[in-house]
Amino acid sequence: MAYEPVIGLEVHAQLQTNSKLFSPAPTHFGAAPNANTNEICLGMPGVLPVLNEQAVELAIRAAIGLNCTVNHRSQWSRKHYFYPDLPKGYQISQYDQPIASNGRLTIKVGDAEKTIRIERIHMEEDAGKNVHDAALAGNRSYVDFNRAGIPLVEIVTKPDLHSPEEAAAYMKSLRQILRYLDVCDGNMEQGSLRCDANVSIKPIGQKELGTRTELKNINSFRFVSQAIQYEILRQTEVLDRGEKVIQETRLWDSQAKMTRSMRSKEEAHDYRYFPDPDLPDLVLNETQIAEINSSLPELPTQKIERYISELELSEYDATVLSEDVEIANFFESALQEHKNPKAIGNWVINEVLRAIKGTSITTLAFPPQYLGRLVKLIDEQTISGKIAKDVFEEMLKNGENPEDIVANKGLKQVTNLDEIEPVVDKILQENSDNVRQYKEGNTKLLGFFVGQVMKATAGKANPKLVNQILQDKLK
Amino acid sequence: MAERKVSSLELTNLCLNHIEKNDPKIGAYLHVDREGAIQQAKGADARREKNESKGALDGVPLALKDIFLTNDLPTTCASKILENFIAPYDGTVVKKLKDAGAVILGKLNMDEFAMGSSNEHSAFKPVHNPWDLERVAGGSSGGSAASVAASLCYGSLGTDTGGSIRQPSSLNGIVGLKPTYGRVSRYGVIAFASSLDQVGPMTKSVKDAALMLNTIAGHDPADSTSANTPVVDYASSCDEKITPIRIGIPKEYFVGELDSEIADAINQAIRVYQNMGCEIVDISLPHTSYAIATYYLIATAEASSNLARYDGVRYGLRKDPGQGLNEMYSNTRGHGFGLEVKRRIMLGTYALSAGYYDAYYAKAQCVRTLIRNDFAAAFEKVDLILTPTSPNVAFKLGAHQADPIEMYLADIFTVSCNLAGLPGISLPCGFNRDDLPIGLQLLGPAWEEARILKYAYAFERETEHHKRRPNGL
Repeated sequence: MAYEPVIGLEVHAQLQTNSKLFSPAPTHFGAAPNANTNEICLGMPGVLPVLNEQAVELAIRAAIGLNCTVNHRSQWSRKHYFYPDLPKGYQISQYDQPIASNGRLTIKVGDAEKTIRIERIHMEEDAGKNVHDAALAGNRSYVDFNRAGIPLVEIVTKPDLHSPEEAAAYMKSLRQILRYLDVCDGNMEQGSLRCDANVSIKPIGQKELGTRTELKNINSFRFVSQAIQYEILRQTEVLDRGEKVIQETRLWDSQAKMTRSMRSKEEAHDYRYFPDPDLPDLVLNETQIAEINSSLPELPTQKIERYISELELSEYDATVLSEDVEIANFFESALQEHKNPKAIGNWVINEVLRAIKGTSITTLAFPPQYLGRLVKLIDEQTISGKIAKDVFEEMLKNGENPEDIVANKGLKQVTNLDEIEPVVDKILQENSDNVRQYKEGNTKLLGFFVGQVMKATAGKANPKLVNQILQDKLK
Repeated sequence: MAERKVSSLELTNLCLNHIEKNDPKIGAYLHVDREGAIQQAKGADARREKNESKGALDGVPLALKDIFLTNDLPTTCASKILENFIAPYDGTVVKKLKDAGAVILGKLNMDEFAMGSSNEHSAFKPVHNPWDLERVAGGSSGGSAASVAASLCYGSLGTDTGGSIRQPSSLNGIVGLKPTYGRVSRYGVIAFASSLDQVGPMTKSVKDAALMLNTIAGHDPADSTSANTPVVDYASSCDEKITPIRIGIPKEYFVGELDSEIADAINQAIRVYQNMGCEIVDISLPHTSYAIATYYLIATAEASSNLARYDGVRYGLRKDPGQGLNEMYSNTRGHGFGLEVKRRIMLGTYALSAGYYDAYYAKAQCVRTLIRNDFAAAFEKVDLILTPTSPNVAFKLGAHQADPIEMYLADIFTVSCNLAGLPGISLPCGFNRDDLPIGLQLLGPAWEEARILKYAYAFERETEHHKRRPNGL
């Protein structure tokens, strides 16, 4: 039978705060185990939580960026379960009164646009991490609480996604917005963006949803579609065998490229949620929300529109340049040096993106202003486009500014007629056969002559000028 | 001390001698810091010598219920699960007392995790009532009350979740104040029921309680439930001129079989206030009969959550992990918690369970609002409310061990005040035929500790009960 997948995503995004959600302990990644802890995030007796206002602001930014209603009153609840990485025996989270609800995010799959509804965004604290590494721990387990208490938002969609591709597109789009808003660095490998997927299938056309499974441990972008793809196939086989899908939580095993049962619905925890008596409700007024709203940076769709209308870029270029906020910022900084959006855009898309090969643009050896100045050198005919590529390679290598490279290597374009003419004469003399053919009508040979002249001048001759002189002399 | 008639070292040594002589019979202390106390006393004397005294509490020997975290002494909460635990930090009130120069004699016995009204639920030893060593000291701050009554310290700190300061104060013939919820920081106080717990002083006199409150009250940025309401000078409020006020007597507190001697003592107390010109008004707190059930649902639910952190992973007791994690949890918690604590964790876990939450916890919160409204309506008509603190005097050790419900019911006069978050005081108002103390409770509107203390002090001036000390020790 033909089935239609129904997918909902629950995404945990780590908020980029300096301190934890309820304690002043630091949050930076890569610290020695348990270095980023204090008595509060270790759940010592007698400690009390105090809410981090920066985390609330970031959550509100995310909510506005995802077109949610920010709720004027939200509530902190305790979610109980026993696990060594959970210091208090409960996680402080938001349960029936989240900070934001009813949002939407537009995604693009191929050429089609689609709006995915967001049910809610709630804030919560992260747990620590159990370490079972045999080399490190032998037959013991250790707990690293550095992550315990780090602020998260959980962003929950409605079951509006219908293919692994749509799920991947949603993740991509969500990550883009969170990065634009400086809410989350979006690094799935480091765990600052995590995705759980609720997946079910139903016969095409049927209204009623099938039994869903929840997929956990999808810890890389590639795995979002892989895990969902696998699970759709698995459920299809189960139904085709005439069996029923069991409601359960399944773990994605990225080595084996499959999902495995973790716990059934019957084994599910009773979390015994209740409002945390240590924390007053989070009350926000319209002025606070409006203030944050007015401080929001331009979002991807707004940027694309502006690039097209004001900078006269093509839709393709505008989209590529806006894909990542760091790239867009790089482009705009370069543009401040020299107002040629089209040319700078091309350089970013063709050369810079190739050079960074998917890593962060901040790893480049030179600042964006240098790219602007490089294009300026071309536009002022100080160097040719061809030479500019060599200069660019130098910039990549040692971060030097383009003017110094051109000066030190003597790459300045030759625009002096008295210097070019003798070269042209020499080339024409040496190639009399070709000159004859040209004069008999094979005008395609002009390119050959230009190439020879450029070669003879080590590329430094102004190609336009060479062209003109050649045409004059070959008349 | 200010008049140089006595030094802090002399007072401290006096307490330490009393402790050495009498505490083996009473069992009020879990930990005595003899050397530390002497050192602090010498420091206080030196400051006074140089006219650099830090104020009223500088050099005064005090002691702490073992629920207050201290970074230099063990904090056990009278539980095996925290036996030998030394906290990495001082709680806010401990820091305030230390900053004020108080001499900390040690840590006081209590019911395990503050759960109980008799101090028989300490994992280490019960507290005996100094007035009659066969009897209980009350609880949960039994050690805090008995140590003051037996002059093993000049004042102590307790915590009150459903009467844990006031009831033992009543049973030991001392003064115990439970401030408004949010008046005193809870940071560094081991939580029992977070929405009910409040810290307060336990002393020989009302003025002493006021002086201690002066030091510990105030907003704490580390406690999100602590209030920014201004703190007044509670000690000087005591000396303000008495004006006739209206005192309410809730009819629901005087039904059933109130001990006749307690009833007599309360009636005499009422007459003392009448003689000051106060108007006695009959009032009603109609939801009183639901208070015990409401209290035990909310308190146990919060406790089941607050005590989840004692899992053997990071600190305190850890028993054999056996076959793995779950066994480590059950061995550790099974061995570390006493019977009453387990009983309340079970009750609270049940009350929060899926399918029961609405019927129990959510319903209890609704009734809590009704109880709060009762008091709001009453305080439209009266300025203070007067009741007995406890329906009984100190009972014999072991008397209620078979039936925990019976002991829960004895909290009837104290729990409503916690549910409503209001301030209340217990002070001595008489003795029964066996020379056992009887306590009077005054309740006030939120943030009116000064009014409560002022009228408690007025009562103290007119009576001699607070001057009596247990003899025969």
